[in-house]
Amino acid sequence: MEATFRPWYQQGWFYAFISLFLAAVLVLTGYRLSGPVFLQQLVNGLTIGSFYALIALGYTMVYGVLKLINFAHGDLFMSGAYLGFTFLGMLIGAGLSGQLLWYLLPIFLIVMVIVAIAGVVLERTAYRPLRRAGRLAPVVSALGASIFLENAVMLIYGAKYRSYPKEVIPDVRWAIGGARLTLMQVAMLVTAFLLMAALYIFIHYTRVGTAIRAVALDHDTSRLMGINVNGIITLVFVIGPALGAAGGIMVGLYYGRIYFTLGWVYGLKAFTAAILGGIGNIPGAMVGGLLLGIIEAFATGFVSDAWKNAIAFFILILILIFRPTGLLGERVAEKL
Amino acid sequence: MALLEIENLHTYYGHVHALKGISLTVNEGEIVTLIGANGAGKTTTLRTISGLLRPREGRIVFQGEELNNVPAHEIVYRGISQAPEGRAVFTTLTTNENLSMGAYSLGGDKEAIEENRRRVFKLFPRLEERKNQIAGTLSGGEQQMLAIGRALMARPKLLMLDEPSLGLAPMLVKAIFQTIREINEQGVTILLVEQNARAALKLADKGYVLETGNIVLEGTAEELMGDERVRKAYLGER
Repeated sequence: MEATFRPWYQQGWFYAFISLFLAAVLVLTGYRLSGPVFLQQLVNGLTIGSFYALIALGYTMVYGVLKLINFAHGDLFMSGAYLGFTFLGMLIGAGLSGQLLWYLLPIFLIVMVIVAIAGVVLERTAYRPLRRAGRLAPVVSALGASIFLENAVMLIYGAKYRSYPKEVIPDVRWAIGGARLTLMQVAMLVTAFLLMAALYIFIHYTRVGTAIRAVALDHDTSRLMGINVNGIITLVFVIGPALGAAGGIMVGLYYGRIYFTLGWVYGLKAFTAAILGGIGNIPGAMVGGLLLGIIEAFATGFVSDAWKNAIAFFILILILIFRPTGLLGERVAEKL
Repeated sequence: MALLEIENLHTYYGHVHALKGISLTVNEGEIVTLIGANGAGKTTTLRTISGLLRPREGRIVFQGEELNNVPAHEIVYRGISQAPEGRAVFTTLTTNENLSMGAYSLGGDKEAIEENRRRVFKLFPRLEERKNQIAGTLSGGEQQMLAIGRALMARPKLLMLDEPSLGLAPMLVKAIFQTIREINEQGVTILLVEQNARAALKLADKGYVLETGNIVLEGTAEELMGDERVRKAYLGER
């Protein structure tokens, strides 16, 4: 068929095969050496990692089209967690506490829409007026927006921990190879996977998704193609915050409690994940998020919880020394 | 009938006065070339027509409609497309995806898009061989073909080419210019910006010579080829 000149050992499928093979070897040796702990931490890590990945997508997509780190993204994610809390609370107030599970899908959709609108408003008010103002001013504006959102949520909901209703998702557990897998974890993984798969298909196989990738490469040339660049930027500020909001509700459901600095804690991790995978690269954010989650979980399981951040960031530094553009950072050099 | 009419166009980059009142006319079916040295304002002229830069003074009229205040992304819908300076292919997209972006203005009209794609592949069979290859890994000549093909995907009435010969081997320049003639024969009007004055004038019906933001000479291609100043300054004769 097509005549690509890359040799077989540089093809994508070869990389995928090698990665899968290495992953399988690691999992099997890990299981052989430490059995249940390994498996348990793998499951935990994948779950946490899928949250990081969902949030990281918002950072990486905005960076892709605007070369801007949207520091307020973590706080949009946190607002999603609080909005989910509010809606679940309203349903309980209406005496529907037994059937919360069936209302989860509409709650996810409504919260995603509200946070997406907040994202668009954020872009219009905090970033668009500064589009021609150099690179430092929008960063300051982003930090300001972050502080604004964080404090607004604190003033509305209070500074104390808030608890998500328990057992929205039934407490079903399975034992696999000595590890415990809960229905909650399965639900989280499946939801995150579906959202990411939908995004991947949209970005790679639709006209508008391809336009997002084109805008990320070159604004002016995209305009020459007839692409409304401002429209694409708005769309990115819809998709990113919507995914972040979904992640917010998922974190609330999974951990059961939320607090107003949640955005800062998770935002930093997700931002790290985006860098790890190669900022601006969408599959990179997914891989980076999952990897960071797994590294953290293993650090917790085999060393100690107190060391997990030190170990995670040490590995990040190592990876960046050898691949400064991140794991999946752009490889293709421009030719002239 | 004039397809594109530009009157007294002034464009600035900040405080730099880049175009100092240029006027030019492109008639339907013609190949018009704009020649001049580096920094003369050739690319600025194309970018102003495409709406990427706003003129401070003057008028751009295309098919009787003024384009001065039309946003850049809507101009391609009016029938003008451009293969920009330095090719500017989308490096991490495949050849096919680049072409699809060229047809962005056609919306979801799959049939028209695929027909245009076939036409482009007929003009540049090389692109079809490379259709699933990442554009950043194409050779310079292939990238130039892709830039022109991508601009053609919108089915423009006016195709603007910004230095298609830049950085290409003489053989390839010849082939590309031959294809430009073919495109013109299919009914596409062409505005060609070139430093390679000899090749451009051989191809064109009419030419303008641009120097530091002013048009200093205009005429048919034969007139310009015969003009002593052009021969000395741009065709390398003594």
